[in-house]
Amino acid sequence: MSPSVRLQEMIRVIRGARTQGEERGVIQRECAAIRAQFRQADNGTRSHNLAKLLYVHMLGYPAHFGQMECVRLIASPRYNEKRVGYLGAMMLLDEKQDASLLITNSIKNDLSHSSQYVQSLALCTLGCMGSAEMCRDLAPEIDRLLRASNSYIKKKAALCAVHIVRKVPELGELFTPASRSLLSEKNHGVLHGAVVLITELCERNPDTLEQFRKAVPELVQIMKGLVMSGYSPEHNVAGISDPFLQVRILRLLRILGRNNDTASDAVNDLLAQVATNTDSSKTAGSAVLYETVLTVMDIKSESGLRVLAVNILGRFLLNNDRNIRYISMTSLQKIVQTDHNAVQRHRGTIVDCLKDQDASVKRRALELSLALVSAVNIRSLMKELLLFLSSCPPELRAHTTSGIFNAAERYAPSQRWHIDTILHVLTTAGGDVRDETVPNLIQLITTATELHCYTVHKLYRALVTDISVQSLVQVACWCIGEYGDLLLRGECEETESVQVAEDDVLDALETVLQSHMSSPATRGFALTATMKLSTRITHNVDRIRSIVSIYGSCIDVELQQRAVEYNALFKKYDHMRAAVLERMPVIDKSSPGHTNGESTGGSIKDMEPTKRTQEVVLPQEPANQVCDLLDLLGGSGEPPQPSPALSTTALGPVSSTAGGDLLDLLGGLDVTPVPPSVIVYEKNGVTLKLQTDKQTDTGMTITLTATNSTDRDITSLTLQAAVPKSVQLQMKAPSGDVIPAHGLGQVTQTVLLNNPNKVSLKMRVRVCYTSQDVVCQDTVQIDSFPSPAW
Amino acid sequence: MMHFLLLFSRQGKLRLQKWFTPIPEREKKKIVRDMTTMVLGRKPRSCNFLHWKDLKIVYKKYASLYFCCGLDAEENELLALEVLHRYVELLDKYFGNVCELDIIFNFEKAYFILDEFLLGGEVQETSKQVVSRSIEASDMLQEAEVDNSDYDLELGWP
Repeated sequence: MSPSVRLQEMIRVIRGARTQGEERGVIQRECAAIRAQFRQADNGTRSHNLAKLLYVHMLGYPAHFGQMECVRLIASPRYNEKRVGYLGAMMLLDEKQDASLLITNSIKNDLSHSSQYVQSLALCTLGCMGSAEMCRDLAPEIDRLLRASNSYIKKKAALCAVHIVRKVPELGELFTPASRSLLSEKNHGVLHGAVVLITELCERNPDTLEQFRKAVPELVQIMKGLVMSGYSPEHNVAGISDPFLQVRILRLLRILGRNNDTASDAVNDLLAQVATNTDSSKTAGSAVLYETVLTVMDIKSESGLRVLAVNILGRFLLNNDRNIRYISMTSLQKIVQTDHNAVQRHRGTIVDCLKDQDASVKRRALELSLALVSAVNIRSLMKELLLFLSSCPPELRAHTTSGIFNAAERYAPSQRWHIDTILHVLTTAGGDVRDETVPNLIQLITTATELHCYTVHKLYRALVTDISVQSLVQVACWCIGEYGDLLLRGECEETESVQVAEDDVLDALETVLQSHMSSPATRGFALTATMKLSTRITHNVDRIRSIVSIYGSCIDVELQQRAVEYNALFKKYDHMRAAVLERMPVIDKSSPGHTNGESTGGSIKDMEPTKRTQEVVLPQEPANQVCDLLDLLGGSGEPPQPSPALSTTALGPVSSTAGGDLLDLLGGLDVTPVPPSVIVYEKNGVTLKLQTDKQTDTGMTITLTATNSTDRDITSLTLQAAVPKSVQLQMKAPSGDVIPAHGLGQVTQTVLLNNPNKVSLKMRVRVCYTSQDVVCQDTVQIDSFPSPAW
Repeated sequence: MMHFLLLFSRQGKLRLQKWFTPIPEREKKKIVRDMTTMVLGRKPRSCNFLHWKDLKIVYKKYASLYFCCGLDAEENELLALEVLHRYVELLDKYFGNVCELDIIFNFEKAYFILDEFLLGGEVQETSKQVVSRSIEASDMLQEAEVDNSDYDLELGWP
């Protein structure tokens, strides 16, 4: 066995190891030697072997085999062995180890040792790692020491008692009487320990708290003594007499004064005194002032004192020391709700802190600034926030943008300001905004009707400059699609007029479509916008046609679907194109149409990309009837036909989409013997009849027949139906949209109703037609249906 | 209360660890790793306060050593800075112009001094002189024992 080296020699050797492997080798050898030594009888080297082991432990190597050695050393009569033993116990034994119980007896003996330094070792160890068991065992001993010993032991016993109370709260009652008497001690160490113990007792037991409220005057006296006393060399720290004790007393006063008027009154003067007399040029003084401010804000202090406290925090904000600025802001954050006006006075300083170098300070300043936004200061504060956004660290951006949006939404002085602000945020930090920003902004834009021209010009300019920010590009595309006519018109009161050519606009949209920077959603926006422009521009419709047809074979399924549908709109349903692509009505934020309602039957063509949830806007029902009729749309595979007038580009009759549906057989019912039908509408020579073809428990099939008794053909006939909410409606294709004159022909349309909840069936039908070059529109309510033919 | 006090070098080597709450060994290692990463990653002129889980972390750099402690949420951070400073002053008084090597080669002394200043995570003595005197007295007691001992072996204490 190699001779064991001395502790410091070993440390030197370990540090000299050049690689991790070499170090491990040295340590393994040493540990083996130490283990061997432990097994031997007492040879006087135990303590320094344990010390070596503790060093090895600190480097991160296992040292559990030293636990029993700690127990043995603690039981040794020699002081140096005890010292190392107790140190080892604190490092290697915690309450989860079984060996910890073995030292209870040693501790008990040492607590009554003749030497105070041995007592101190025992107290320190108990206060550091004593388990609940040990605490229960030794609590009476500690209580005894609290009462009758010298101050050196008393102060340690007090903190040991604190540990016991934390571990076994019920034992708090045991220490209450002793702790009360400790307040009259003069020794600062004992006093400090007593205050900590009382604080702990009061926090855990409301009765004890009540009891110690009587001690408030005494505490005030002690505190006054500390504050007003002259220079005390023993306790002076940077001109403050014992800041540690002062802070603890202030904290205790806070707990005692909380929710209690008498106690709060008693300390009002003291707090004012401390606040005014404490020199805060160094950290010690600032610590005391900080605690004072916290106490003032937490107890029921008078308003003058509260203002004083907030002013102290304001002064802290101007301090050169970053730490002080930081804690000032955390405190202001806590009180900004309750003392809003007082904090507002320091808004300027807070906003300046946005420019601080330190990231934590910046974050605090941002939180505070957002909390201080009000209707009065919104404009100036927003300027600062936007400035901050352009240079803020990336981890704060998302928080800043959402904070700005919230503030803008609550306090926007005007719609234009609101839109400008959101656009500014999108241009600066569009990548960090929440997903709902795009639909929210679109909704906001639609409501600001006077600003459509201004908005679309601004967005167009933004789009032309930069297409990398997806949210901005999406909103811009939507606006250009929607308000493209205003853009092309050129004049706009709010901004300088710029002549924008149709080709420029289409170029911009095409760039978005083709750019690899654009996300699929963005491209969807761009394609739809391009399509919408087909009704808003005059010269380049063919260009749009070709764009749309190209994308009909796009790999992206969403784009492909849209392109194919738009293509169909160009080819087969061109007469409906203008109506389909018409201007959207104002989106009401809380209307049911704001979210994706149930679309009954067929592919309802969205006016906006399907990715967002609130796009499908259904035309509102004009009159309010009993049953809450939801949609006026139906049709299988046909585009929706919104009110009011359709385009009068009348084309030939639309052939019914057969589709091989079983029920289509009923479409040709007009040649069979006429079953009983009811006239539901008769006006201007147009007669609309309804007959029930089939009726089951949960649904029915009806046919609407329109005839014309006037001299001229009725053209552009459309029928729309609406039913109660739980009923499902499906309108088959009409046989045509021209009713020949003089009753020579008719138009029929089959309607399928599914009524699973068996509510009473009602239906409202809107009839639109052009008669003698006059567009007519009427609505009829059908409350009862004729029985079917069979 | 203070939950732990750590001293580590610029390279992240631990020089002292004092735990005031019972924590499993693995958890301790994780906390040490987290603290060293967080504190060593701070920019030079940042403020000395951090948040970690539900604790406030206060740290200060003295020469090549970082002093880092974890506190309850209601503790006074500025006072914690004073506590760290007081400990450094005590070490300085004891070793005379203390440097990292002193703490490496005499780590058990650093612990003894700490145990005279803090107990159970709280300050036990607010006077610098009283703490220093206690340490001296303990050391003298130890040496007296050594002198009176029967052993020839050098026990390796300085």
